[in-house]
Amino acid sequence: MSHLPPQTDGSPDTSGPAVPLSTLRRGIAAHVVEVIDRQESLGDEARSTLARRLVEIGFVRGERCEVIGESWPGRDPIAVRIGNSTFALRRREASAILVTIEHRP
Amino acid sequence: MSAAATAGNVMRLALVGVPNCGKTALFNRLTGSRQKVANYAGVTVERKEGSFTGAGHRRQYRILDLPGAYSLTPTTLDEAITRDMVLGRLRGEPPPELIVCVADATNLRLNLPLVLQLRRLNLPMVVALNMSDLAQKRGYHLDPQALQRELGVPVVETVAVHAGGHRALVDLLDAQAPQGMADATNPDSDPGSLDIEEIQREAHGILRHIGYREPARQLWLHRLDAAVMHPLLGLGVLAALLFLVFQAVFSWASVPMDWITAAVEGAGAWLQATMPAGPLRSLLVDGVVAGVGSVLIFLPQILILFFFILLLEDSGYLPRAAYLLDRLMGKAGLSGRAFIPLLSSFACAIPGIMAARTIPNMRNRLVTIMIAPLMTCSARLPVYALIIAAFIPQQAVGPFNLQGVVLFSLYFAGVLSALLVAFVLKWLFHRDQYHPLLLELPEYHWPSMRNLAMGLWERAAIFMRRVGGIILTLMIVLWFLSSYPAPPAGATGPDIQYSFAGMLGRGLEHIFAPIGFNWQISVALVPGLAAREVAVGALGTVYALSATEADTAASLTPLIAGSWSLATALSLLAWYVFAPQCLSTLAVVKRETNSWRYPLIMAGYLFALAYAASFVTYRVALAMGGGG
Repeated sequence: MSHLPPQTDGSPDTSGPAVPLSTLRRGIAAHVVEVIDRQESLGDEARSTLARRLVEIGFVRGERCEVIGESWPGRDPIAVRIGNSTFALRRREASAILVTIEHRP
Repeated sequence: MSAAATAGNVMRLALVGVPNCGKTALFNRLTGSRQKVANYAGVTVERKEGSFTGAGHRRQYRILDLPGAYSLTPTTLDEAITRDMVLGRLRGEPPPELIVCVADATNLRLNLPLVLQLRRLNLPMVVALNMSDLAQKRGYHLDPQALQRELGVPVVETVAVHAGGHRALVDLLDAQAPQGMADATNPDSDPGSLDIEEIQREAHGILRHIGYREPARQLWLHRLDAAVMHPLLGLGVLAALLFLVFQAVFSWASVPMDWITAAVEGAGAWLQATMPAGPLRSLLVDGVVAGVGSVLIFLPQILILFFFILLLEDSGYLPRAAYLLDRLMGKAGLSGRAFIPLLSSFACAIPGIMAARTIPNMRNRLVTIMIAPLMTCSARLPVYALIIAAFIPQQAVGPFNLQGVVLFSLYFAGVLSALLVAFVLKWLFHRDQYHPLLLELPEYHWPSMRNLAMGLWERAAIFMRRVGGIILTLMIVLWFLSSYPAPPAGATGPDIQYSFAGMLGRGLEHIFAPIGFNWQISVALVPGLAAREVAVGALGTVYALSATEADTAASLTPLIAGSWSLATALSLLAWYVFAPQCLSTLAVVKRETNSWRYPLIMAGYLFALAYAASFVTYRVALAMGGGG
């Protein structure tokens, strides 16, 4: 799961440097590069199951996502719009998702 | 009709879908009130089965509403049950003959991969495109025929929230030939081996190919989320909602509660008047009627609380509350998901403990169950009300009333100690463990009153069945303990003093003396084990009031105000914040955890806390001159 084959459709801007989704602030949109399952951040049981789940709920290469909410305190967890769904993730989980930030013209 | 003839015309269906796809609404629409709720054998996953007939009564359907699952690779017990059921691997459950896969038409990107997984396994299935009206109204571009061609399985549109919105599905089902047993026992069909990325690509490809287009999310939904999920404004909205819910639970419920009290007392008085005196009358009046009454009395509060919880759940708000509170609750080692069970526990710990099933991680779930009894349930109110009325003067403290402030601090003490206990449990047992949140925040929906009513009915029935039996049995046992042996001839004290309960109370007095309880309180605590509020009636009995007197509490107030010290009263209040004075809760914990270990640990730690809190309260109050 660590390397997703490239998506063939469209050409979302995934050229920028890949950063963890956890570093994004509210209102920032990005495109998914990959989900990393080596991360300690996915919890102790069934790490790979969780990475798999992230892919299952839509964190697929090229998919657009946006941080639409940050909770309190510590701006954690975050609410992420992915596809037509919204998921609450802690920044710790979100750090397993690598994205490139969308450049606004 | 013979069994053989019936069997030929009954088809077993399983309803499968991702969470929030409207699956349960469709289930309700199909089956109406013909539902049975139980558990799958050996696990605490709810098994919902219903039945309905096809057009022209040609065929009967038995349908299982399987737990929502994002995929066939489970991350929760619920999802594991769904996987095992569709694959026919669940012991004692015949596999479904046909799977009805429900997909939310307004979110096919999330829903289609599950459909594709089921199709890969060659399971016989049809697809119900649910919320198709909403998809049309919001301007989705979706062609069901094209989807059917791409998938190669029948696709039908449904609108679960409208009358008749399931007709097309029933017609489609009627047209399906009976397939016999699903041939899913193919050993290659292991969902774990499915390549999930490939399935995602396939889903994207299909959606692109059929020209599925979602409109941009409506602006008002964005704005609503911005407000509701705002770190400060959102918490304000949550606090306001909670205040409203509690206001409703405690003020709206008082009228039906008065009716129930009156009806129970009426029934008791009627039996008292019509039956000859004797053990049977005593059993019926003091055991059965009082027992049934003690269960019924909480029904209004529980129904009101569940009404609001279902309303907030159906509208999509509750997961957002869990999101807002996750970090705060995380400091105490709890998941944001624990918010709903703990909220329910303010009405009664039993539905709260049952609601903890929604927490995927077992340790998180256990901690939530363990602290649920620390939320001040409504059964403590009568006891609090009695003692506060007798000992706390009606005086103003700033803009507040001292009695209200004391009541609030008792609630607050419960919540605070729950957080502390959770923190200690986390520190003791899983310091290094981490359990992810990963919680879907579904789109907002107008709640459907029909689904709300059905959900409420289901909760009420479960509560009455599970709790009614336990409390009633305990009440009868305690009636026996309080009535036998009968007092010797020429006895002067109240009857209960000579009974087993009285002896037990006398024995307990030695244990309770250091925390300021007299023998009357100790005796009353014994029947109070069944349900906390029973202690008020038992105190009435001990102080030789008639049990059927219209208002025991009102006559008790001056009596205890005259005979207890303030220190004793405060100590009893502290006791009630913690004490596991509710055998039904312990019984439900046993049922939910399938072991005696956790109810015993719970009882042990709660008694220890209660004793310690009362001891400190009593000693401090004495030192400050509260002994008079």
